[in-house]
Amino acid sequence: MAPAASLDLESRAWIDALGDDGVVRDDAVARLHALLLRAARFEVARRRPALPHLRGNELDDIALEAADDALVSVLARLEDFEGRSRFSTWAYKFALLEAAVKLRKRSWQGREIPLEPESWSLLAARGSSPEHEAEQSELLGSIREGIESVLTPHQRRVLVAIALNGVPIDVLAERLGSTRGALYKTLHDGRQKLRAHLASQGLAVDRAEGGNRHG
Amino acid sequence: MDERLRRLLGASGPELTCDECFAELDRYVELEVSGTDADAAVPGMRAHLEGCPACGEEHESLRALVAGDDA
Repeated sequence: MAPAASLDLESRAWIDALGDDGVVRDDAVARLHALLLRAARFEVARRRPALPHLRGNELDDIALEAADDALVSVLARLEDFEGRSRFSTWAYKFALLEAAVKLRKRSWQGREIPLEPESWSLLAARGSSPEHEAEQSELLGSIREGIESVLTPHQRRVLVAIALNGVPIDVLAERLGSTRGALYKTLHDGRQKLRAHLASQGLAVDRAEGGNRHG
Repeated sequence: MDERLRRLLGASGPELTCDECFAELDRYVELEVSGTDADAAVPGMRAHLEGCPACGEEHESLRALVAGDDA
């Protein structure tokens, strides 16, 4: 869709310059790359404490690679910009996505992806009182039973990897030859089955932390 | 709902897909940063951000970046 007529002045200037040719466009592309690099470095800086094994120059390389890839994406999708946000905000999200995905993949590089429960201890009850702990124990036990009995093998692997073992969805998608969107659909469908399983046993999860039994 | 249950069960109610979330993310964040009711403007976004760790992280980053620009 073409940009809306009501673009703010700054966004209009970006679109006009990037749609120009020659020196004007070259300058706009260079400024866009700088903007994307700033966003990618912002993402790298946010995640740096969780990535102590990566050296500074590796992180700089990831940020630059993310900005390069985001620039290609933004330029290819200029027609999609509808002016529903500022152009800079719209462009930032491409750089943040590229940087986040690269950092998640780098963080899991060479590591085995656990598709089976590494430990059920995550599902141990931690109630604030004996009564709450008993409720939690019943709920979590039913979730474990549901994971083992009502999910398809693929739903079980995806839910266990992402929700129980903490595998990033992009990393799992790459290993399984899938996409974030497809795996999230699988995760969502599995969650719906688990919720239905809990409901069939009279267990509700949204009314209070730890869950309550209906009626 | 505690963090473990949220990771396992996601949020209740309708939610956007990952692609829909990415398409709406810039508008949603600008509404949030400006103090407008972003959840009313983009139904299903909050549930998705609570259910999808990756999209949730990217939302936090974009909000922080834009808020910093506007400060």
